[in-house]
Amino acid sequence: MNKKIEMKTKHIQLPMNKINTRKLKLGDKVLISGIIVTSRDMAHRWMMEEKSDIIRPYLKDGAIYHCGPIMVRDGEKWICRAAGPTTSIREERYQSNIIQEYGIRCVIGKGGMGKRTAQALRTFSAVYLSAVGGAAVIYANSVQSVKAVYQLDAFGVPEAMWVLQVKDFPAIVTMDANGNSLHEDIEKKSIQNANQNQ
Amino acid sequence: MNYTLHEQEFTQQVADLIQQTACILPEDIERALVSARALEASDNVAYSVLDTILKNVDVARKQQQPLCQDTGLPVFYVHYPCGISTRIITRCIQDAVVQATADGFLRPNAVNPLTNKNSGNNLGIMIPCFHFMEWDKPEIQVACMLKGGGSENMSIQYSLPDAKLSAGRDLNGVAVCVIDAVIKAQGNGCAPGIIGVGIGGDRVTGMQSAKKQLFRLLEDENEYPELDKLEKSLLAQLNKLEIGPMGLGGKTTVLGVKIGMVHRIPASYFVSVAYMCWACRREVMSYKL
Repeated sequence: MNKKIEMKTKHIQLPMNKINTRKLKLGDKVLISGIIVTSRDMAHRWMMEEKSDIIRPYLKDGAIYHCGPIMVRDGEKWICRAAGPTTSIREERYQSNIIQEYGIRCVIGKGGMGKRTAQALRTFSAVYLSAVGGAAVIYANSVQSVKAVYQLDAFGVPEAMWVLQVKDFPAIVTMDANGNSLHEDIEKKSIQNANQNQ
Repeated sequence: MNYTLHEQEFTQQVADLIQQTACILPEDIERALVSARALEASDNVAYSVLDTILKNVDVARKQQQPLCQDTGLPVFYVHYPCGISTRIITRCIQDAVVQATADGFLRPNAVNPLTNKNSGNNLGIMIPCFHFMEWDKPEIQVACMLKGGGSENMSIQYSLPDAKLSAGRDLNGVAVCVIDAVIKAQGNGCAPGIIGVGIGGDRVTGMQSAKKQLFRLLEDENEYPELDKLEKSLLAQLNKLEIGPMGLGGKTTVLGVKIGMVHRIPASYFVSVAYMCWACRREVMSYKL
């Protein structure tokens, strides 16, 4: 039983090129290794307004993670205690431009995103990956080290941009680089189901 | 009666309560998640999502780490006897919140909407939030609820009649609202959710009633037979939507529906829906005086 799941699991090493990104299909289970950068509401706005070069190297062909973690200080080091995904749709107005501006290959979050983002994923060869909401310790345990943090004083812990080195961070491909969205399919079906049940 | 509250001891017990609430999922919720996983074939996405959730619940409990990073806006429901100062209780619980935040059990979540500054210690205007009720017992009962923002954002209030939904002022109308709320939420509230519903009241007491339902155990029965029937039929209907865990499809969209009611005024008929994520963190402690 477990072997079957294992066979379908794909390993993603970041940074990732466009060819490998386009090979990912809806429903693929992936384990991500490399650097990911947390970014939520304040950070998305800041990235668009400032077009900062500080984080550019981490994001090129890399991943952005919609997440506001719990972090604690241990001397000079930061320890990640909990780091599940936050709702992605709030970033819909920024996401397509950010994918283009920073050359992002993976957007990681929960709940899926809208049509503009789907279009950008297709145009610029990127994917949206769903992490499991609330599974915060599983994700925190995949963080090997905190490489850097930006905008901590201005935005506070949840909204800062944390640069995380992760190993085998589990996620599921739910929007691919060919314009397909599992979220769109499920929503349509749920509305149909509601009408049929009435 | 004259009571003496040992503030330091009480504060420490509340800090322990917060840690437990943040790190340990209530047993009834975990049982429901295990049952939901058993309904799915082991090679589909829903199974994989529920399996990840259950592994996380286990590891959070063992490592004593917050099972979800979003510890929400901490809410405390406090019962206290006559003669105890609610101002002192408030201060003790605030101190416990600051301690739990420093210890990494709560995420600093209090943000000033004018400056966007995070206070860093979870104290702010109306944060944490308190509900006080006086009772006869010689003890203080503190119930803590941690509800993430993703699910709170999916909570919604309807005013009936609603022409768009064809929802009238009866239990059928209530059912239409609840189904609409769950469809609107899709996976964004961290499905499978628990749906608290408040019928009646004003816009504040209606939602309060809805949220209070979330303290009920999943297996309990509603004290009103007509609401109990509605809870069970809605649970079945909502799970036919196939929104599934995290909105990625599957047989379980909600773990429970809990409906309460408060009196309304003739002009208003509110249906308040409090969407709770699967990470339904609620815990109660008693402090003997």
